[in-house]
Amino acid sequence: METKVPLIRLAKREGMEAWKVWCIRVGSILLALLLGALVMCLVGVNPIGAYGTILSGALGKKTAIRQTVKIAVPLLGCALAIAPCFKMRFWNIGAEGQITAGAIAASYFALFWVGRLPGPVLLVVMGLAGAAAGGLWALIPAFFKARWNTNETLFTLMMNYIIIGVVRWLQGGPWEGRPGSQIIPQFDEAACLPRVLGVHCGWIIVLVLVVFMHVYMRYTKHGYEIAVIGDSVNTARYAGMNVGHIMMRTMFLSGAISGIVGFIVASGANNTLYDGVAGGVGFTSITVAWLSQLNAFAMVVISMLLAVLEKGAETLQTRLAVPTSISDIITGILLFCMLGCEFFINYRLILRKGGHKEVAK
Amino acid sequence: MSGFVTLLIALVAAAITYGTPLLFGTLGEVLTEKSGNLNLGVEGIMFMGGAMGLGGVFYYEKSGGANGFAAVAIAILCAFLAGALASLIFSFLTTTLRANQNVTGLALSIFGTGIGQFIGEYMRVSEGGYISISNRLAGYFQNAPFPAFLQKIPLVGGILFGNSLFFYLAILLAVALFWYLNKTRSGLYLRAVGESPATADAAGINVTRYKYLATVIGGGISAIGGMVYIMTIAGCVWNHEGLSGVGWLAVALVIFCMWRPLSAIWGSVLFGALMILYLRLVIPFIPTQLYKILPYVVTVVVLIVSSMRNNKEKQPPASLGLSYFREDR
Repeated sequence: METKVPLIRLAKREGMEAWKVWCIRVGSILLALLLGALVMCLVGVNPIGAYGTILSGALGKKTAIRQTVKIAVPLLGCALAIAPCFKMRFWNIGAEGQITAGAIAASYFALFWVGRLPGPVLLVVMGLAGAAAGGLWALIPAFFKARWNTNETLFTLMMNYIIIGVVRWLQGGPWEGRPGSQIIPQFDEAACLPRVLGVHCGWIIVLVLVVFMHVYMRYTKHGYEIAVIGDSVNTARYAGMNVGHIMMRTMFLSGAISGIVGFIVASGANNTLYDGVAGGVGFTSITVAWLSQLNAFAMVVISMLLAVLEKGAETLQTRLAVPTSISDIITGILLFCMLGCEFFINYRLILRKGGHKEVAK
Repeated sequence: MSGFVTLLIALVAAAITYGTPLLFGTLGEVLTEKSGNLNLGVEGIMFMGGAMGLGGVFYYEKSGGANGFAAVAIAILCAFLAGALASLIFSFLTTTLRANQNVTGLALSIFGTGIGQFIGEYMRVSEGGYISISNRLAGYFQNAPFPAFLQKIPLVGGILFGNSLFFYLAILLAVALFWYLNKTRSGLYLRAVGESPATADAAGINVTRYKYLATVIGGGISAIGGMVYIMTIAGCVWNHEGLSGVGWLAVALVIFCMWRPLSAIWGSVLFGALMILYLRLVIPFIPTQLYKILPYVVTVVVLIVSSMRNNKEKQPPASLGLSYFREDR
């Protein structure tokens, strides 16, 4: 009997050497940059010059570096927030909304409590309020997932647009500054995060969170429970874990961190609240978290990489009149390549050999 | 009384205009999700469709073309190809390379909005600041394909015969999709792939092929929605806002209509109405900005209620968002 052997077979690959893994990953980034160069050639821009402009525009001057770090801070913070959810296979794509919820709560205190609390206390209260609001906003879909197994991907996605709509209402209604402006007034000096080394001190908070998240995921009982649920919900149940409870707890934590990011962005970067406070960060950071394999330290690198692209593209527009959306295109290509390359790390391709030796076995 | 009727008719007509792009986006995504692929890149796909469709018509007219039907055909074709290509990337990454669907979809959203904005900006810059389609050609996109006397029938004439060509196309498409999914063997296979790919595979159905085809064709259909938005609502120009979130609304509508193409027809009109209600109907105690979140609130409620009732007929495809690896069993 003749069995058909496919031209290419797949086999799971375990334990590839670390250097090979990194070769594949770096290779995928290079491939992405090459494809990006192709795009630039198509629109008539010299790719080498353009990449040079991106690099110098993002890292060339002290002010440029500060801008780049400012872009990376929310990306990193939010990726950290998403990591435990994704580890648990809880697809929280509502970070965008959780950032916004946190920003709203922080802004409430910034706008209406500014004279009543001393400066540092006010900032702490804003941060706590942001964390609580973000956490509660995340808790809603988690509750329904735990209780009725409601699809969390779609639920969290919808929650984003609801809360962003609320900001639009605040902007045009109760919190509007000058009537008709549709703008919420700038925060008082006391409600703005102080600067450290030229950048608002959100970067310190986020770096602390990196260490916290690393320890939380690796060395605590909570982190262990999250990992078990991610591998198999049934195993977790059998081991006596209260899966619903852990889900809600993890989502609250995730939303709280996103909420803190919202506070950082509103208070540190924008000094006000508007409907674009999250500005797609919630979505981009999901890719950051996933591409970092949920490793907190790798997230620092990847969020910086994306921030360099974004800041550099602004310079590219001013110097070479290339639309800034090129950064989205290159980011997209980069994500595609890095997502695709994981396949070659996890699987082995086996080409069909000549003859039918394998069939004979 | 007659004032109210006039208002209602105007509202329904506007709701249909705003609902039509949504209907295309939703039908495409229904087809995609029926295969178990949750493509969250709809926003990006629709951006690409909008920019490519507009570009196609613009350069067709610039090169001397004046045939209205050819322009419409070119717009549909360009948009469809753009969407199909984008979805091909998604299919390749998720089905062949087994990447996570949520992350890939979001990456596609970033990529697609980038491409759409880039093409739009690039055309604007290279054509000296402004691109637009002549009114005559734009009329083929925006006006009704029926003779005027039908539209003048009192009360129902405007609503039945006064919409753009694309609304009727979308309804035909919805009926066709319903027929395909529920009345044909191939549609049954596709649903089987979306519910339980392992079972489908064991029954000899080519899971990979169904996933690829459904996703690519679905993406193409969604992209037509983006083109329709630009050519009708945005008035044939590329503005900086692009589609401003219509793609995400289409994802919401898929849930709202519970993955059923025929329900998507009235769902899209309802969502269209919610999108513009704030312009037409001012209720004292409800701030107008909050109207816009109604579609999302309604969707969340539908999602919750359907999961509580746990009705077998009205559920997401069981393997939605999960990749299928034959070797993993």
